[in-house]
Amino acid sequence: MSESTQKLTDANFDSTIETADKPVLVDFWAEWCGPCRMVAPILEEIAKENKEKLIVAKVNVDENPGVSGRLGIRSIPTMNIYKGGQLVKSIVGAKSKHDLLADLTGII
Amino acid sequence: MGSGPAGFAAAIYTARAQLSPVMLEGSVTAGGALMNTTEVENYPGFAQGIQGPELMSQMRNQAERFGTTIVTDDAVSLDLEGDVKIIKDSSGNEYRSRTVILAMGSGYRELGIPGEKKLSGHGVSWCATCDGFFFRGATIAVIGGGDSAMEEATFLTRFAEKVYVIHRRDSLRASKVMQERAFTDPKIEFLWNTETLEVVGDEKVTGLKIKNSKTGVEEILPVTGVFVAIGHDPRSELIRGQIDLDANGYAVVKPGSTYTNLPGVFACGDLVDHVYRQAITAAGTGTMAALDCERWLAHQDQTNHGHRKEEVNV
Repeated sequence: MSESTQKLTDANFDSTIETADKPVLVDFWAEWCGPCRMVAPILEEIAKENKEKLIVAKVNVDENPGVSGRLGIRSIPTMNIYKGGQLVKSIVGAKSKHDLLADLTGII
Repeated sequence: MGSGPAGFAAAIYTARAQLSPVMLEGSVTAGGALMNTTEVENYPGFAQGIQGPELMSQMRNQAERFGTTIVTDDAVSLDLEGDVKIIKDSSGNEYRSRTVILAMGSGYRELGIPGEKKLSGHGVSWCATCDGFFFRGATIAVIGGGDSAMEEATFLTRFAEKVYVIHRRDSLRASKVMQERAFTDPKIEFLWNTETLEVVGDEKVTGLKIKNSKTGVEEILPVTGVFVAIGHDPRSELIRGQIDLDANGYAVVKPGSTYTNLPGVFACGDLVDHVYRQAITAAGTGTMAALDCERWLAHQDQTNHGHRKEEVNV
């Protein structure tokens, strides 16, 4: 995990989402998921290029079954975007940078 | 264009022929269909089998070793009709080349039934290796009768309590070894002659409405996961209107070759092949495309050279 993205866990997920001062994109992922590996460097780039406007965070579903179970994650990668603690968009499946930026338009 | 076994075989051969290939590998689809598989047991040369992603990583390294320039982006447009082919990617870069090898492969086919789209990611999945984990102890359904359906069903028994395989015919298309594995697995139950009508559920999958096509009886199967493995469709959207396609969207090539209807444009792999569809056959036709491409260029250069000579003489 790099400096550009934040690691979230069962323990700090709620508090981070609720107290964030900008939108948070949370990537639910796991080591064994091929598409997750493909989208990871794209999210790194988006995080780096938008660090003033967006927090990019990651939840390893293997290590944090609590939060992924509670949110009903059934597919990875799932990328949930939260604003003021509320879920505003849920993106399922890997996408290109171009498409992800389009999804973020209007949110950041 | 494309980075499955066909694309990489074409890249390795054209790079070794010093044709300076540029590969657009795609972004999230890079590596092609094998990236979502587990063990590949039938690729010659790997006696103990090899993981799909590992095989693709080896091919990528091999292509780079001989000088392939690999671009991790998706093409958004291809202009294939002129002498100079122009390809644009999603970042706005433009690539110009004399020849193009099309190896975009195929994408998952959808069922096209109510509830499928809405519940995609909420119990409907196209990737058992990605999502099986979330169905620990669950009862789930795999739809399809080919090798990938059998592979998914067998893989999913690691997690699920019970796996229904739903197939609309009364026999499988899958290879014998894959069938045998599924038939002998106590967690797998086959539902033959069964059509899927609807994925049921509000926020997540709670069932699958099915119909026995022999008896006409409809019922709702109480499953929380639906894995779709009913085959693939060629990814030919970007070349439609330029390259001749058959009724199902596969690129048409001159028999026994990889020549398309346009000079300097070759097609290979699952974009063309709806019969064999194996990693090794894709690599085989990718190699054919590279050799066709090399010979075509040599012939062009020879003709142009002769032509220029004539001009000088005149």
